[in-house]
Amino acid sequence: MEKRVFFKGWLLPLLLIAPQILVSAVFFFYPAGQAVWQSLFIPDPFGLSMQYVGLGNFKYLLSDPYYRASFFTTGLFSILVTLVSMIPALFLAIVADRLIKGAGTYRTLLIWPYAVAPAIAGVLWLFMFNTRVGVVSWYLGNLGYDWNHVLNGSEAMGLVVVSSAWGRISYNFLFFFAALQSVPKSIIEAAAIDGARFWRRFWTIVLPLLSPTTFFLLVVNVVYAFFETFGVIHTITSGGPQQSTTILVYKVFADGFVGQDLGSSAAQSVILLVVVGALTVFQFKYIERRVHY
Amino acid sequence: MTLPTSKPQKNPVAGMVEKRGLGIWLSHAIMVLGVLIVFFPIWLAFVASTVTQPEIVSPPMPLLPGDQFFINYKKALLAGVNVPVGTMLTNSLVMAIGIAVGKIIISLLSAFAIVYFRFPGKKIFFWLIFITLMLPVEVRIVPTYEIIAGFGMLNSYSGLIFPLIASATATFLFRQFFMTVPDELAEAARVDGAKPLRFFWDILIPMSRTNIAALFVILFIYGWNQYLWPLLITTDPEMNTIVMGIKQMFPSGDDVADWPVIMATSILAMIPPVIVVISMQKLFIRGLVDSEK
Repeated sequence: MEKRVFFKGWLLPLLLIAPQILVSAVFFFYPAGQAVWQSLFIPDPFGLSMQYVGLGNFKYLLSDPYYRASFFTTGLFSILVTLVSMIPALFLAIVADRLIKGAGTYRTLLIWPYAVAPAIAGVLWLFMFNTRVGVVSWYLGNLGYDWNHVLNGSEAMGLVVVSSAWGRISYNFLFFFAALQSVPKSIIEAAAIDGARFWRRFWTIVLPLLSPTTFFLLVVNVVYAFFETFGVIHTITSGGPQQSTTILVYKVFADGFVGQDLGSSAAQSVILLVVVGALTVFQFKYIERRVHY
Repeated sequence: MTLPTSKPQKNPVAGMVEKRGLGIWLSHAIMVLGVLIVFFPIWLAFVASTVTQPEIVSPPMPLLPGDQFFINYKKALLAGVNVPVGTMLTNSLVMAIGIAVGKIIISLLSAFAIVYFRFPGKKIFFWLIFITLMLPVEVRIVPTYEIIAGFGMLNSYSGLIFPLIASATATFLFRQFFMTVPDELAEAARVDGAKPLRFFWDILIPMSRTNIAALFVILFIYGWNQYLWPLLITTDPEMNTIVMGIKQMFPSGDDVADWPVIMATSILAMIPPVIVVISMQKLFIRGLVDSEK
């Protein structure tokens, strides 16, 4: 895709593009290169010298049960966040799509949580489930269920999943709702005339037409769960109990800034870079196809 | 939910597919329930910000607002816990606006250079910008932190803003839009002897107004909701942003958190992005759908 008309000169465009390239170089490429470089070394405890270890950091990481556990935790967390945020959103979007009046009002109300930062969402949910003052945990206690996410790993996982998925319900709802609204009414009506009832129409017509949006949201939500949920984890569990909610991004932070294990943290950054790269390529490949739809 | 379709059509505009009677009431009921559930955490935070500490620490806390609204919010804004929330709000505002405006400016310039000029290295620069899509700040925190520390930009606005300012997304959005601008406009400008920057300023920028506004909404929220980066580089409470500052308001150890003030702060932290999203809803949805495509 190119323009037919160009302005003359080469100095001006270089000057125009310079700010972005400069910022990218200083704050993106240099740090990324540093991460790759540092991942090959182990600094001594005083930070005075660095010992070259080749792929030693990576080998160590991949054999480290905690790191493997963190991979598993991240996978489970991403799948759960994606499901918990997409299924209710799709359901609400289908219901809202059936309405002629009021759908706009519901949409306005449902957008709210999207604007709430993940870290704030964490605080709100922590407040509800706080073991001492939380309303929900209090009522659960009355029902005979002893809620304690500070000690119970599964409950901690459940809480960070729901807190992370909460704001995403709004986001997914917006996309599903827009997609549903663009399904041609004539097709639905034709199916209705042929006697197809609601669920049959949904499975055979609407859902296939939604598939591009669904795949897109799957990728975007997984990326979100991987990289943007740090605030939720940090405010609610700080990765605990017993690392049961330590996702990869949290571990980079915990090892690099809290544990001061720079070589390992850098190696983890490099592994994450590869993961983001793969996800981005996947996303773009997929979006290429989406254009034809 | 299928109703007999033999009834005469009351509202032909509505289409013929099950949009009346019992089904519609049920749909409304589901939507209202959905909105209530999604809203509950925010409501509870608001209630908590209007009652006294003793009312919260002896569960269950009330579910209707109390009369401490002004007292709690005044205490939060002027005193806070470590630092007045008013200060944190200002920091967040500077950071969010700085990131949004900065990103828009450098992206407009570089997109203009890429679309309207031919210059040496254009392809390489294009790919360099493209690759930054794959480098979220979360995966390069340690080296980026070292750079900021090296520049002496810890605890400063520039340290908060610059590492988050380079954005491939915004550049691609503007590039896409510039591509749709008719070539005749640039042609005419050239024939009239207008300088490229004159064309950029007098024609391209005014034409991009809606895109700029939509992007501003998205980027403002992105900047406002940042958590990990401010957490790393603002060790001075005076420089904390509100989203990351809330976690710092929780006491360490066994002290009881000042819940009314903390919850008032979390309400204050969500008000600006919510106002931006709700008041610019149409632009926001458009920006969201466009920037993710």
